[in-house]
Parts: sequence; C-alpha cells; structure tokens
Amino acid sequence: MMNIDLKKSKAVTGAEAVANAMRQIEPHVVAAYPITPQTPIVEYFAKFVADGVVRTEMIPVESEHSAMSAVVGAAAAGARAMTATSANGLALMHEIVYIAASSRLPIVMPVVNRALSGPINIHCDHSDAMAERDSGWIQLFAETNQEAYDLTILAIRLAEHEDVRLPVMVNLDGFILSHGVEPVEFLPDEVVKEFVGKPKRVYPLLDTENPVTYGPLDLYDYYFEHKRQQVEAMEHAKKLFPKVAEEFEKISGRKYDFVEPYKLDDAEYVMVALGSTNSTIKYVVDWMREEGFKVGALKIWMFRPFPKEKIQYYLNGRKAVVVLDRSASFGAEAPLYEAIKSALYEATIRPRIGSYVYGLGGRDIVPEHIRKAFMDAIEGNLLVDEQRYLGLRE
Amino acid sequence: MPVNYIDMARTFKSNAEQVGIVQGHRLCPGCGAPIIAKFTLMTAKKLGFEPVVGLATGCLEVSTTIYPYTAWTVPYIHNAFENVAATMSGVETAAKSLKKFGEIPEDRKFAFIAFAGDGGTYDIGLQSLSGMVERGHKVLYVLYDNEGYMNTGNQRSGGTPTGSNTTTAPVGKVIPGKVQIKKSIVDIIGAHEGVYAATASISDPADFFAKVEKALNFDGPSFIAALSPCTRFWRIPDSATNSVSKLAVETKYWPLYEIDRGVYRVTRKPRQFKPLIEFLKAQGRFKPLLSRPDADEIVNKLQEYVDKRWERLLALEEATKDKYLR
Amino acid sequence: MALKGWKEIPIGGVIDEPGKSREYHTGTWRVLRPIVDLDKCTHCMLCWLYCPDMAIEITVNEKNRPQMVGFMYDYCKGCGLCADVCPVNAIEMKPETEFLEE
Ligand SMILES: Cc1ncc(C[n+]2csc(CCOP(=O)(O)OP(=O)(O)O)c2C)c(N)n1
Ligand code: SF4
Ligand code: SF4
Ligand code: SF4
Ligand SMILES: [Mg+2]
Repeated sequence: MMNIDLKKSKAVTGAEAVANAMRQIEPHVVAAYPITPQTPIVEYFAKFVADGVVRTEMIPVESEHSAMSAVVGAAAAGARAMTATSANGLALMHEIVYIAASSRLPIVMPVVNRALSGPINIHCDHSDAMAERDSGWIQLFAETNQEAYDLTILAIRLAEHEDVRLPVMVNLDGFILSHGVEPVEFLPDEVVKEFVGKPKRVYPLLDTENPVTYGPLDLYDYYFEHKRQQVEAMEHAKKLFPKVAEEFEKISGRKYDFVEPYKLDDAEYVMVALGSTNSTIKYVVDWMREEGFKVGALKIWMFRPFPKEKIQYYLNGRKAVVVLDRSASFGAEAPLYEAIKSALYEATIRPRIGSYVYGLGGRDIVPEHIRKAFMDAIEGNLLVDEQRYLGLRE
Repeated sequence: MPVNYIDMARTFKSNAEQVGIVQGHRLCPGCGAPIIAKFTLMTAKKLGFEPVVGLATGCLEVSTTIYPYTAWTVPYIHNAFENVAATMSGVETAAKSLKKFGEIPEDRKFAFIAFAGDGGTYDIGLQSLSGMVERGHKVLYVLYDNEGYMNTGNQRSGGTPTGSNTTTAPVGKVIPGKVQIKKSIVDIIGAHEGVYAATASISDPADFFAKVEKALNFDGPSFIAALSPCTRFWRIPDSATNSVSKLAVETKYWPLYEIDRGVYRVTRKPRQFKPLIEFLKAQGRFKPLLSRPDADEIVNKLQEYVDKRWERLLALEEATKDKYLR
Repeated sequence: MALKGWKEIPIGGVIDEPGKSREYHTGTWRVLRPIVDLDKCTHCMLCWLYCPDMAIEITVNEKNRPQMVGFMYDYCKGCGLCADVCPVNAIEMKPETEFLEE
C-alpha cells in the first residue's frame, strides 16, 4: 500500500479529497449535476466557489447531458474544464462523452462508480465506467482516497499533454471511497498549481483571429483518419503516462504506474482487480502468505489505454490468474477478464485463468470470498470458460 | 442609428468572409437558413461584436461544414443535436472565466450566437435551451424555423404547423396530416425570467436587425425565432423564400412581436391582413390537406386560431405595458 | 482534390481553414442564370441582401454608394430570389442551356 505520512495527512472522504484536488487545480469552468454518490464532490466544490476560495465559474446545469455539453464548449473555447458524475449521469452524458474524446478536448472527470439502472441502485459497481470503455477516454481507477486525489491532479497533465489531448475519467468506488473516511496527504496548493501549470491551448474558439470550425460533418472520406488519430493519441498516452507519473512522484513522493504489483516476486497465483477491492485483496494476500500460499495481486490503475505489455510482463509464467470484475457483460465475458485473457494470448507461458464477478449493485465483498477464489486457483479448479460469482445467493 | 442594409453593403461589399458565412455552402437553392445566419452575423459585426457561433445538428450545420470544408469565417462549434444551448453556455462561461483569470482582455466584446432548427429547439433541445435561459447566459439563440426535421427528410416536429404534410405525420385517408397546433415557442421562452424573446422574418429586415441589436445589447439571454422557408419541403419555388415569409406576416401566421422581460410588444401591425388561405395555398406542403373534402372546415378553424391569437397578442401588449419583470 | 492521410490533418476534426467552402463551386448546380440589366438597376441592394449564397458582386462608388456589379457564377445556384426581390425587375432568370457555348 501507498506510504502515507499519517502526521501530514487529514482524515477525509474520497469526495472531499477529489473536491480539494479540484480546488487546487482551480479549473476555469466546472459544470456539474448532482447524483448520488458523486453529489458531495459538487457540493464541496460549490461551496469553494460560493466562498470565493476559487475563481472557477460554476455552471449549475439542468442535466448531465448539458454538463458534458457545457464542458465541451468551455474546453473548446480554451478553458480548463471539469465535471464529475456517476452511473445514470454518465449514461446520460454518453453521446457527448464520445464527442469530447473525438474533439480531443482534455476534460478531466472524476467518476464515482455506481451501478447502472435498472433496476435503480445507488451503490458501487463498475458498470457505469465499463459502458464508456470504448469512448476514447483515458480511464484511471483509484484504490484509495489518496489515489483518487493524486490521480485527479495527475490526470490534468496527462490529458493536456500536446501529444495526448484526450479526456480522462478518474474512477473511484461509490460510497466505499466517496463516502468512506481515510487519511489523505494533501499537497500544498502552490505545488499543485505549479504542477498543473497553465493549460496549453490548441485551437481555442475564442481566438477570433484564427477562426476554427469544431464538429464538422465528417463522412467516409475523413472520419476514419480522425479515428486513427485517436488510436495514436492513446498510444501516446501510454508512452507519456510514466513521464507524468515520474513528475508527480517528484512533488509527492508517491509512485504511480499502469499497474501496481503486490507481493508478486515469487507469487504463483495472482489476482487482478480494479479499484478499492484491491485493499481487501492485499489483506487476503498477507493472510494467505502467513499460511504459506504463494499468492499476490496485480492492481490495474490504468484501464484505458489498456497496458497489455505490463500485464504480460507480470502475469507471464504464473500458475494461475484470477480476475475479479465488478461488472458483467451480458452474453460475453466480463470486461476486465476479457482484456486480461486476451493479453495472455501472447504470453509464452500462459497461466490458467478464471473469471469472478462480484459486488454488483454494491454487494459486499469480504476476505472469505477472495480467499475462496484464490483457493480455487491453488486447487487447480479454474475453468477458462466458466464465469463464477462471489457473494451471490443461488 | 439603427443598422440598415445600405450601410451594411457599404461595409461588407462582396467580402462575405467579413460577414462570417461565405459561398460554397450546400444548402438548397433559395433556402432561408443562410439568410437568417447572414442577417444575424452582419448585425453583430456592424455593432462591433466578435461573433462566436454554435450550431445544433440540422440543415444549416451539415450543409455548411462538410469536412474538410467550412463556410464559416467566425469561430464555430457544433456539438450535437439537442445541446447547442448547453454548449454555448460553456463557451460563454469560459470567456467570462478567462476574463476573470486575466487570461483574455476584459474588453473583448464577444457575441455568442447559437443557431438551431425547430427540431433542435421545440423538441429535443428544449431542456438545454430552458436551462441556458434560466441560468442567464448571455447568448443569443436564433431559431431558424423551417417547421420540420428537414435535414433528415421532412419529419414532423413540435414546430410543424397543423395540416402540413410530413413523412411522419402524412396526410392520409383518415388523418389530415399533423393535427396538433404548433407550439408557441416564443411565449415559452419569453415566460422565463430576465430574457428577451422575439419573432422575426427575413421579409422585414429592419425589424430583424433591430431585434438582433436589441438581443445583443440585452443584459442576459435572448432568443429570436425566425421563420425559415424550406424551399425543398415546403414545396415552394426556390425564389419564393421572401414572398412566402411576407405572406406569413401578412396573414397573421407569423406575427412580429417581442417579449422583453415579460413586456409584450407587437413590433409590426399591418393595417390590413390577408386571409390565411393565401399563405397555405402558396405552398405544396399544404396541398394534400387542401385537396381533402374537409379542407374548408380545417382552414376555417386555423383562420379562427390566428385571429384569436392576434387579438390575444394585442391584449397582452396592453396588459403588460411598462410592467417589466426584473 | 487528393485526400490527405491521418498524419497530415489537424486533430479533433477541427477545420483550421476558415471559408474553405469557397473551393467548392456550387455554381454547377444552376439551371437558371440570373442576368442583370444595369440600366434598370437602382442599386437598392436588395438582391445583395437576400442572396442565400452571397453570390452578388457589388462595389462602392466614389459617392460612397454601393453599386450592383453582377453575379459570382462560381457560386450562384440560380434560385432566382434576387430576381424575385428586385423592385424594378432588373434581373432576369434565363435557362443555362442558352449559355452552353460559352
Ligand atoms: C440525438 C439525435 N437524434 C436524432 C438525430 C437525427 N437528426 C439529425 S438532424 C435532425 C432533424 C433536425 O431538424 P431541425 O432541428 O428542425 O433542423 P433542420 O434540419 O430542419 O434545419 C434529426 C432528427 C441526431 N442527430 N441526434
Ligand atoms: S431541406 Fe429545406 S431547410 Fe434544408 S437546406 Fe434544403 S431548403 Fe434549406
Ligand atoms: S435588387 Fe434589382 S435594383 Fe436592387 S440592386 Fe439588385 S438588381 Fe439592382
Ligand atoms: S439566383 Fe440565387 S444564388 Fe444566384 S445570385 Fe440570385 S439569389 Fe444568389
Ligand atoms: Mg427544421
């Protein structure tokens, strides 16, 4: 786990941590609409605006569709623009989520992960983020409130890098992180301000001397070329992420990468997951290691672009890999499992692999579930084509 | 001095690039939409504004920006169909914020102008527009009302008039085309607080320019609904764009009025009106209706409706005189 | 026009050449051609004002009065709106077929 100096840290919720990252970033424009469990982010930030703590102009839009539309307008105009949402809000934005990416606007959006309706539910799962995985956004996942804070700041630099120019979703688990109190070490305001710097403007609309046209009708003769550019930008994001992470480490002492290995050196059985569940997995790894099992974990920090090479590097040659998904893909394999399995196609020594879906709609995941999945792997009881469930009643 | 077109001609000559929309766009011959864009932009430029335009998906958008071409020489953004008001809220707020942060000069005089069709305004974009107006963004929203989803081939919208023949509300053996009455969009927008809303017609350029001027100088959001003849689907000659617009005003079909913070003012009061049938007869889109056996009955009802609406407008003008809200 | 590759075009679908549509000549759509009789013309500017294609060419004379010059046939789509709004009927719409030899 990340080294946090408890003396320098404050106990805050994930929402408060992210809202404070936004305060320190001080974007020109924030347009947002409340939805549980993202709401406290908007509330904290609205208070900063009301109290004059930030100069940011806030647009209290009438829907998430308009939130995303307004930040697209603001970002195209040349402003640094942010929003935040969850589940149904993200789904309502969907159409414009794609447009933000294809217009190459570096919008940073914390997504407080919540199960998509229906039936309606307010608790954590990753179905909201997974529905956007092909939208052209960079997707980062936080395990802790500290990471949610850090990744929000780091995301600005990655998004705005001139060779990237892509929007970024910073995912944090609904309630578990957003409403859960954890120690967070905040960076000094000036340090964050200097780190994010002034936004580099590319084709700003407000430059009336050099008028540009955004959003033309792009038919079969050029649409494909523009899509190819987006593919390339994702490649650039992969190349540049380590550099941005290194610079972030210089100001924070905290190291980020595509993935985080945990007790992997000699591990024969590895569990892969996104988000806050990794804390529980680490706990179980420690517990099982005390009993002599060679288990370890691989946390995915960056889901898009998908860090295939890193995954191959860490998983090649292991005895078995267990993939945990907090969302399902009806009629196909769960999204993280599918991606990991596909990455392992090229591995020289392919591990056995198994898929476990857990935690839908906020269903608790407890150490015993994780231990059970590890034991399946250890006992040679994994079936590549079988999707299993943790915490589900038969 | 109000802006006038002789003076505009003097300023812009044949240099359309100084107006903001140029030659080579692919709207149908005689289409009303580019005329509305041109009238609006010329007024803004003449008054010393720097226009920044936003477009909703629709004929004006698709036909002016077929990649890699663009007919615009002012900054332009198209986002999607239903969200031009939200998009321009963002653009306007960005300018405000960048001024506050000292990143662009305080004295930049932008004119944020959204153009949208009736589909993008009466129907799918109404929420976004209401939000923009309610929040008070200083954006001029220009509706070019061609009374149907024309870009997609003449489907019915909330702005399609009763009896018009469209592909989704065709005049059939049983149903006489669209049966509902066109929404009163100016009243809907004018009913928000602190807004300037008006109708306009290209057949009355002086009234049109005066309203754009008033809108741009208005301290808050503004809305202009301009009737936009669609030569193709109104089934009128390419050359009839202006004459049909004129008939619309002369038959009370398209009364020219404004609502300034709740105060109604009828800006043109023709001494004599023509019967509504003259407006209907001039257009092929009403032909299927007019050839029905019950045509007279329907036309009489519509005539009654426009007469009553006109009386009501005059009454509202009287009742709201000088009673500005806010 | 040769189509460009993905490395040669601006990102984000942005068009950074304002007014590039002028490279596309809509005059080829025309079936009727407007012809002006400058002897009749009063230079009222109504045709200039209404032309949906900005295809009326004008100048400003020494008295600072705008003057009708003619049409930009590269762009004029032949809608006839100019002829319709002309208060003195100075514009006549003639079939393009009459000009085939040119
Ligand atoms: C969300 C969404 N739904 C439907 C469409 C398809 N569509 C594009 S333009 C259009 C109609 C536009 O009508 P209007 O706003 O009146 O503009 P016009 O084309 O008539 O000028 C429709 C239905 C779309 N682009 N986006
Ligand atoms: S279909 Fe109608 S509105 Fe669309 S370009 Fe043609 S004339 Fe204009
Ligand atoms: S409308 Fe007629 S009179 Fe007026 S400038 Fe044009 S050609 Fe001349
Ligand atoms: S015919 Fe139409 S396009 Fe041609 S000059 Fe006249 S008004 Fe313009
Ligand atoms: Mg329409």
